[in-house]
Amino acid sequence: MRGNLSTRLLRHNTPRNDKKLNMKIDVKHIAKLANLPLSVDEEKKFEQQLADTLNYIEELNEVNTEGIEITPQVTGLENVLEEDTVRPSLTQDEATANAKNSHNGFFIVPAILEENA
Amino acid sequence: MDLHTLTLTQAKEKLAKKEISSVELTRAYLDRIKTLDQKLNAFVTVTEDEALKNAEHADKLIAHGEDLPLLGIPLAIKDNFSTKGIRTTASSKVLDTYVPPFDSTVVKRLKDAGMVMLGKANMDAWAHGSSTETSDFGTTKNPWNTDFLPGGSSGGSAAAVAANESVASIGSETAGSIRQPASWCGVVGLKPTYGRVSRYGVVAMASSTDSPGPITKTVEDSARILQILAGVDVHDATTSPTQPENYVAAIRDSIQGITIGISDDYREGVDPEVQAKIDEAIKVYERLGAKIKNIKLFSPKYAIAVYTILQRSEVSSNLARYDGIRYGNDRSHFGDEAKRRVMLGTYTLSAGYYDAYYKKAQKVRTIIVEDFTTAFKDVDIIISATSPSAALPLGSSKNHPMFGEMADILVEPSSIAGLPGINIPVGLTQAGLPVGMQIMGPQWSEKKILQVAQKFEEETEFHTLKPSL
Repeated sequence: MRGNLSTRLLRHNTPRNDKKLNMKIDVKHIAKLANLPLSVDEEKKFEQQLADTLNYIEELNEVNTEGIEITPQVTGLENVLEEDTVRPSLTQDEATANAKNSHNGFFIVPAILEENA
Repeated sequence: MDLHTLTLTQAKEKLAKKEISSVELTRAYLDRIKTLDQKLNAFVTVTEDEALKNAEHADKLIAHGEDLPLLGIPLAIKDNFSTKGIRTTASSKVLDTYVPPFDSTVVKRLKDAGMVMLGKANMDAWAHGSSTETSDFGTTKNPWNTDFLPGGSSGGSAAAVAANESVASIGSETAGSIRQPASWCGVVGLKPTYGRVSRYGVVAMASSTDSPGPITKTVEDSARILQILAGVDVHDATTSPTQPENYVAAIRDSIQGITIGISDDYREGVDPEVQAKIDEAIKVYERLGAKIKNIKLFSPKYAIAVYTILQRSEVSSNLARYDGIRYGNDRSHFGDEAKRRVMLGTYTLSAGYYDAYYKKAQKVRTIIVEDFTTAFKDVDIIISATSPSAALPLGSSKNHPMFGEMADILVEPSSIAGLPGINIPVGLTQAGLPVGMQIMGPQWSEKKILQVAQKFEEETEFHTLKPSL
C-alpha cells in the first residue's frame, strides 16, 4: 500500500500470482441470476474485471475471524415497530404515473405464464 | 457585494435584516449556474421557475416576520433524493424520466425549514463511484481546475458549493461520498452517524451504511443544516430515537482538554504533500492546547475488502427493484459500473459463497467496530487525511473497477462502523488543488466533531480560499 493512488491502482489491476488468476466468476450465470442482459463482449470484459475485484477481496482471508460474531447493523436498534394506523397514501393514478404501461390504475406486467394450447 | 459568495449564516442574517431578498439571492445563484455550469456540469436538473416562485414566497413570509432556519436560502440537492414533481435520476439513464410522487424525508425537512431548491446535483450513477465519471449525464469538473475530477459520488453537490453555484448542498455518503468530494473540492462535508439522518426516499445504495449529510462553505453552516436533518423518522426504522443535540448553539464551545488520536495506519500510502498539510493542521490543535496521541488502528486496507463485499451485496439487492415496469427504464439501461457491482454482489450472496464472502465481511466488520470502540476509550476524536491524494485528473477512474475504494480507503473504516466524520479544507497543493482533513468521532459525536472543526476554521483562513472561475 505504498506509492501514490494511481500507482496503487495500477498495481492492484495487475494480478499478483498465478493462483489468483484462477479466481473466476461464471459471468453468464451470474448475469442471468441478476437479470442483466449482456453482450458477448461485455461478458468477456466483466469476467476479467470481476476477477480483479475478487482477487482484491481475497485479502480478507489474512484476517482471523475465529469466534467472532457478525455485525449486520450498527445502530443496536431491534424490533422497531409502529402503530398500524390508516393514513393517506398515493392514489392509484399517482402510483402508476411513471409506468410505461398501465390500465385502470393497474400496472401492466409482461406475461410469465403461457396459455395451455 | 457578490451575493453568491455569501455563506448560509451570512445570507440568513442579511435576509432577516432585509438587506437582501430571497429573490435577489436566488437569482444571483441561478445566474452563476447559467454562467458556469456548462463548464462544470454540477447540475443534472436546474429548477429555475420553481426556485424563483419559492423565493418570492419566502420573501412574503419574511415580510410577515416569519423566521425559519433556511427561509429563502437556495440549496442544491443530490439527484438521489426523491423530490416530489421534480425528476430524480440518481444520474442513471434507468431513471432519466422518473418523477417521484413524494419527497424524501431530508427534502421534506428542508422544505419545511424554508429552503429554496435550485436543482438536482450530478453524481456517480446510483452513487457508485468517487469521481462522477460513472454519471450517465457527463462528468462534473473540479472548479479548482477543470482538468481534474471533483470526487464523488456527491461530486456535483461539492462542486456546486465550491464554485458558489449554491449556498450549500445535500449529499449522501455510503463510504466517502460526502467527505471525499468535499476534500477534493475544498469545502466542508459532514457524514453523520448512521441512523442520525433519515434515508427515506433516498435511492438506496448500501442500506446498512447510507448516510445523508450537508456540504457547506463553513462548519457553522454544516451545523445549521444538520440541526434540520437530524432526528428520528417513522419512515426509516434505522433512525435513532436518541435526541439530536443543539449543534448550532454549542459550536463555539471550548475544546480545552481534548485528546486527538493520530495513527500511522492512516498515513501509509498518503501523498507526502497531503500528509504535510495534515501534520501542519495537527500542529494548530497542539498550539490550542489539545493533547495529541499516537494510536494503533486496524489497517484500513481490510476495510476496503469488507466494504466492497458488503456494498456490492447490498447493491445487488437494492437494484433488483429496477425492472422498468412500475417506473424507469428496463435493466439494459444500467451502466458498466452498476452492472459490475450488481454481478459481484449477486455472486457474493449466492449459494455456496455467502459464508466465504458476506459472512466473513460481517465478521471483520465486528473487528473494525471494536477497534474504534477501543480507540475512543483513549482519545476523543481521530484526525487523518480524508483522501490519500488531492483531486486526480479526468479519466482516472476509467477501467479501474476499484478506483472508488482506493480513493476512499481512509473513510471506509469509519463508514463501515457507522461513525460520523467531517472533512474540512486545510490548504492547497503546489498544483493549487485543495487538501482535506477528516475528523472522526464515536457514534452520535457530531457536536464534538463540529466544535473541533470550528476551532480550526477560527484559527486559519483555508476555508476562505476560492477557485478563480
